[in-house]
Amino acid sequence: MHVDSINNGIVIDHITAGKGLQLYNLLGLELQDCTIAIIKNVASRKMGRKDIIKIDADISVNTDILGYVDPGVTVNIIKGGEIVEKKNISLPNKLVNVIFCKNPRCITSTEQELSQIFNLTNEKNRVYRCAYCEAKFEEK
Amino acid sequence: MSRSLIDIRDLSTTEIEELIRTAEDIIADPKKYSEICHGKKLATLFFEPSTRTRLSFEAAMYELGGQVLSMSNAASSSAAKGESVADTAKTVSCYADIIAMRHPKEGAPLVAAMNASIPVINAGDGGHNHPTQTLADLCTISREKGRLDNLTVGLCGDLKFGRTVHSLIEALSRYTGIKFVLISPVELKLPSYVKKDVIQAHGLEYSQTTDLEAVMPELDILYMTRVQRERFFNEEDYLRLKDSYILTPEKLKGAKDDLCIMHPLPRVNEISVAIDDDPRACYFKQVLNGKYMRMALIMKLLEIEV
Ligand SMILES: [Zn+2]
Repeated sequence: MHVDSINNGIVIDHITAGKGLQLYNLLGLELQDCTIAIIKNVASRKMGRKDIIKIDADISVNTDILGYVDPGVTVNIIKGGEIVEKKNISLPNKLVNVIFCKNPRCITSTEQELSQIFNLTNEKNRVYRCAYCEAKFEEK
Repeated sequence: MSRSLIDIRDLSTTEIEELIRTAEDIIADPKKYSEICHGKKLATLFFEPSTRTRLSFEAAMYELGGQVLSMSNAASSSAAKGESVADTAKTVSCYADIIAMRHPKEGAPLVAAMNASIPVINAGDGGHNHPTQTLADLCTISREKGRLDNLTVGLCGDLKFGRTVHSLIEALSRYTGIKFVLISPVELKLPSYVKKDVIQAHGLEYSQTTDLEAVMPELDILYMTRVQRERFFNEEDYLRLKDSYILTPEKLKGAKDDLCIMHPLPRVNEISVAIDDDPRACYFKQVLNGKYMRMALIMKLLEIEV
């Protein structure tokens, strides 16, 4: 595979170095049949080092996951060998089924078919609260 | 999705003032409202028992000339059969015009509102929200004081877990000149996120103390809350703390003549019965105001004009 020459697909650029594999897993890319490259530690003028994921197929990726895990990444949509769209992904205002509420008193603890919805309530401190019970999401 | 009331913040201050004006008009002329909801049905879905809240909603609907469908044992009927809140909400939407829901799980009324085709009122979801209690509180303050701004508001008791206190702080923080005096044992202090994200975020002042009598002379409002047994891991701590903040005639000695004493009820012993006849005792007026505010709210959500 020539990692530089994608005809129709997606290039996720400006990934913080070391987060490429984590995003690959979180985006469920291991389930895809298409050609995918994770390129680690690419020299970058802006970032020093960065990771890149190249997907050689016209699939959709969950930009909420991207924005939540690594705000600042860029998603380039490639069609016919050209970049037709460039999206800068920031911290999403709303997350659906990306993180899960751990509050045992929350309705989502007994009704598991409900979508897990979180709202960004404090951008500076990256605080997400459950839309149902308002519990703050803690990583650990 | 119809307009619902899940959180007190769903209502603007203007809307809250409109509800208070409607409540005052109902009090002045109840006849005008006695048939206004004729042919409309309120479904009370209580997945945990709370007889007084349910009675308040049902009395409110009857006084508007409407009817009530009551599922007081919701926990033993639909949920026990494994029905989801979403399905219950869709089903009840076929029978009723408005729902009042109480549920032990936080966020359940929001799930109902997302799925019902009729308005849903949160009548308490676990330790989370209870907006109609806050409406009762705001109506009482407004009627007793003639305003909702420029007040020194003492909050006493369990400030850590007391949801009524948190919602009241949320609601009052939107007005100017409010000063909060937080009176509680150290173990039950107001969580710092409420102080930071609510009180300070609105540029308001607060002070914190463990001594009720010392701050009594400053207060325009004294909001007492219950120290609940289930909040404590051991009985000893509960017994030691529950009596620390009991309001007695002696503790009221330094209080203003126009202090307004409030309590969300039921009380255990936080307020001595000797205070019930004091003109400053407003907690039974709060119950009555709660019914009038629920009437005003039902009318608003059903979009019924006088
Ligand atoms: Zn939750």
